[in-house]
Amino acid sequence: MTELSAPPVKPPFWNNPQVRAILFQAVALIATVAFGLSIFENTQDNLQRLGIASGFGFLSSPAGFDIIQTLIPYSAASNYGQVFWVALLNTLLVSALGIVFATLLGFIVGVARLSKNWLIAKLALIYIEIFRNVPLLLQIFFWYFAVLRAMPAPRQSLSLADTFFLNIRGLYLPAPQVQPGFGWVLAVLGAAIVLAISMARWARRRQMATGQPFPVLSTTLALLIGPPLIAFWLAGSPLHWQVPELSGFNFQGGLVIIPEMASLLLALSIYTAAFIAEIVRAGIQAVSHGQTEASFSLGLNSGMTLRLIILPQALRVIIPPMTNQYLNLTKNSSLAAAIGYPDLVSSFAGTTLNQTGQAIECIAITMAVYLTISLLISLVMNWYNRRVALVER
Amino acid sequence: MAEFRLPHPDLPPPASTVGALGWMRRNLFSSPLNIALTGLAAYLLWVAIPLLLNWALFDATWSGDDREVCQSNSGACWVFIRVHFDQFIYGFYPEAQRWRVNIALLLLILGAAPLFIHTVPNPIKVKLGLGLLVAYPVIAFVLFRGGLLGLPEVETSRWGGLLLTLVIAGVGMTAALPLGVLLALGRRSTMPAIQTLCVTFIEFWRGVPLITVLFMSSVMLPLFLPEGMNFDKLLRALVGVTLFQAAYMAEVVRGGLQAIPKGQIEAAAALGLGYWKAMALIVLPQALKLVIPGIVNTFIALFKDTSLVLIIGLFDLMNTVHNATTNPAWLGFSTEGYVFAAAVYWLFCFSMSRYSQSLEKRLHTGHKR
Repeated sequence: MTELSAPPVKPPFWNNPQVRAILFQAVALIATVAFGLSIFENTQDNLQRLGIASGFGFLSSPAGFDIIQTLIPYSAASNYGQVFWVALLNTLLVSALGIVFATLLGFIVGVARLSKNWLIAKLALIYIEIFRNVPLLLQIFFWYFAVLRAMPAPRQSLSLADTFFLNIRGLYLPAPQVQPGFGWVLAVLGAAIVLAISMARWARRRQMATGQPFPVLSTTLALLIGPPLIAFWLAGSPLHWQVPELSGFNFQGGLVIIPEMASLLLALSIYTAAFIAEIVRAGIQAVSHGQTEASFSLGLNSGMTLRLIILPQALRVIIPPMTNQYLNLTKNSSLAAAIGYPDLVSSFAGTTLNQTGQAIECIAITMAVYLTISLLISLVMNWYNRRVALVER
Repeated sequence: MAEFRLPHPDLPPPASTVGALGWMRRNLFSSPLNIALTGLAAYLLWVAIPLLLNWALFDATWSGDDREVCQSNSGACWVFIRVHFDQFIYGFYPEAQRWRVNIALLLLILGAAPLFIHTVPNPIKVKLGLGLLVAYPVIAFVLFRGGLLGLPEVETSRWGGLLLTLVIAGVGMTAALPLGVLLALGRRSTMPAIQTLCVTFIEFWRGVPLITVLFMSSVMLPLFLPEGMNFDKLLRALVGVTLFQAAYMAEVVRGGLQAIPKGQIEAAAALGLGYWKAMALIVLPQALKLVIPGIVNTFIALFKDTSLVLIIGLFDLMNTVHNATTNPAWLGFSTEGYVFAAAVYWLFCFSMSRYSQSLEKRLHTGHKR
């Protein structure tokens, strides 16, 4: 038998986890602060040496360069602050359109990947494996330099029904021209939307109370399409389409999608759709077949099963990674800088920085914008996630 | 007496449910919609495949030394790739010194091959792996850079092509994984200061695009450093790529850490293991195994993201190819160039994803269904 004769040795204080924790944290904090301070001082010294005045005063000085795509009025006489807004709107435009197209394409490919049809499933698989494994920048370059920059000159444009034209200057579409009276159509449409929402709420309340279902979807469609169409006809079709026309060496009128925008949009949508397709597939596969069978045995038809049983459960799996992809797409839109689409990185962190030399301010503003977008979307998604999460006992 | 009747021999299954015909009925023509879809897809393939094959193979030009030989054929001009091939692989690395790159690559292949063979005993694998992680980067750096042992110096600005892509990807992967593990442990830590630092770091890098990070490393870093001190352009890109991917890696590893039940840590503590031993011997081996797909996905993303160094003017594979397509003597072959580059990137990324799938299967010791 061993004897416990010796009194227990008190461990030295540096082995106490609480003391250690405080020590570690103090060291980490001091190191971080020291690092930050040294960077700050170096920066101050360097700025003084290079004669760069820091501050955001440069935002109100004239920019003096043109931007090839502006959503708000802008000219070379505008100031750098306006450059920022133009660039930000361009980033948001290409991101928003990219999200819409990538989602549509991704859902189609994801569902095709699960198709019982062998040929369709394999084609979807090939699409996913090709586009997922090639760098996005390479895809953007391919669309821009190999496809769109290789288009013919305006006089030899490729055309579809003499309405849509594709040439080296971009894609020309008919532009809608609003005539007086269109406001009425919009007003009727607004009223229809309000009516549809209140109808849906009423139908839901009634179903909760009495169990009587109401054909919400078809009624909504009828409400949204019917009255605005009648209003449109009554107001005398107040919308004209302005078709682009060749005059001289270029097209006049119509809506132009510049090749930079088109190639960025194509590459972003096709690339992100490959990831979204895999997310959609995983989400649908995550709902077990027993759910479908149970729903059928309760007497729900296939449409209701999809809408009430499968989709709510699949969306719970799909939405968080989908948001990640949307964020990735928004951040990836910064690759625009490589082909000169005037987005935030290209026009603001690029041209403005080079002209003013305000490196810290320009990069800080650009990063802050992306951080804000990321954090905002994260917040919204966390809130949504909590709402749809499984409520367990 | 009851009449004894032999059972009728089994009928063969109907011809339409077995064999090639049955397979086609089930998988291609099971419903009117599927018949239509199959028809449409088959028609598209019927049109697209001959076009593609003619362009890439039958009408393509394979031999020759200048662009004139390509004028007569309507297909791809692979001569463009052949002429620039060395440039795509080595960049502007001096021709007389390229053997050094080849030797380094050979060493890597020889050193790494036993790691992928199942029959090699584990202790040898561990020693080899450590050698690859610790000694190989030094050897490779000396070989590539030179200036020592009588090797002429080759500045990093002359490294290029696939060589540079592999250097960035290799350094990024080996540095981002340990850094990511540390960040993930820090984020899961109970010490508030460490946790806040790690969360801030991770969320900051994950919230900004890599391009702005590279911009920052090229225009802001010189301002942050004391006067006279300057980093190599390649090193700046490496730091940017590593920090960026480490943040993503940290989130992947955190997922694995969260999946390990608390009982494991408590059991380790009960056995007398301290924090680091418990993590290194008990928690991390299980956690990392769970997140292999995520880790490899991050590696693949890193490999693809190396192409972004083009923005700050490094000549990686992507930039070398792009540069060759804008060469006035070889204008008009951008499709061939991009297809070649895409094939190289695709090969690396696809094999990584396949390897991760096989690894996942092999390490699968019964946690999942």
